[in-house]
Amino acid sequence: MRVLLVDDEQELVETLAERLGIRGIEARWETTGDAALKRVGEEDFDLAVLDVKIPGISGIDLHKKMKAKCPALKFIFMTGHGSHDDFTAGSAETGVDYYLLKPVDIDALIHKMNRLMSQ
Amino acid sequence: MTGRPDVKIETELQFFGKMTASISHEIKNVMAIINESAGLLEDYTLMAEKGLPIDPERLKVVSRRVTKQIRRAVEIAKNLNSLAHSVDHFQKSVDMGEILELAVGLSTRLAEMRSVTLDLKLPTDPVTVITSPFHLQNLIWQVLDFAMDASGEGKTVGITFKKEDGAVKIRFTGLAGLKTLPPDKFPTEKEENLLLILGTMIHQDAEAQEIQLVLPK
Repeated sequence: MRVLLVDDEQELVETLAERLGIRGIEARWETTGDAALKRVGEEDFDLAVLDVKIPGISGIDLHKKMKAKCPALKFIFMTGHGSHDDFTAGSAETGVDYYLLKPVDIDALIHKMNRLMSQ
Repeated sequence: MTGRPDVKIETELQFFGKMTASISHEIKNVMAIINESAGLLEDYTLMAEKGLPIDPERLKVVSRRVTKQIRRAVEIAKNLNSLAHSVDHFQKSVDMGEILELAVGLSTRLAEMRSVTLDLKLPTDPVTVITSPFHLQNLIWQVLDFAMDASGEGKTVGITFKKEDGAVKIRFTGLAGLKTLPPDKFPTEKEENLLLILGTMIHQDAEAQEIQLVLPK
């Protein structure tokens, strides 16, 4: 499984990528929407993990752009907000219910990744 | 001119809500990084238990990362504390430099989300004014919020202040977008209420690409 992590907190995605790597999941990371869009145009990924809020673009809009570029790409959202309204609005707009609250539990993340990839 | 009480209360509560929501989001990010760092240390420990060597340099990187995030959290907590205490007194002598540093500290993450840089330049000589620190903080945020939209392609809002003719003038500069925004867009009723409370005047100068707040000394 190849995963792209996108969050403006570089130290978060850097550490998360290393931890996923230890568990045999190949993870790359980007900290801006533009860089993430460029990356998915250049490399193959199975799954993207996006922060709901990224400078200059919302995770929801980035999801739409990445989906248009790579229709097979699957998505999980991370959010630091965690209100029910955010969750409902995000789920309705994206059609996915794979939201994780920060701080993320790595086992829960991998569980959701596996479930999503097996669908 | 008298402001509607509900607009005054709405403006104050929305400001507090906006700032505390942003702060809580930032604290969650800090906690997330510390959480992953602790998890990574645990991963290293498990690897060592299985006989895999741990590079001490990797441990130093994780340790420095945690220390950096704790310093960041201390700064966030300091700003939150200053904001909370800004309602202790509605008339007190405040240091303009401290007020603007807090305003920038509270607004930087919100600015980054809009890809805008806040560039604060403080004069060397301290200046104090007698005012309501909470309402001044609220007004500065309202101006910054608008200024970010008006920052044009430069995407940088300059902030500075100086004493002039017995008053203190705060300048928000680099607002190239002022020319293209409708003139009736700002100030709104919210800002008018705050200006009234503070006895402050606001000037927009599209040619000079700046907004000025003039506080009585």
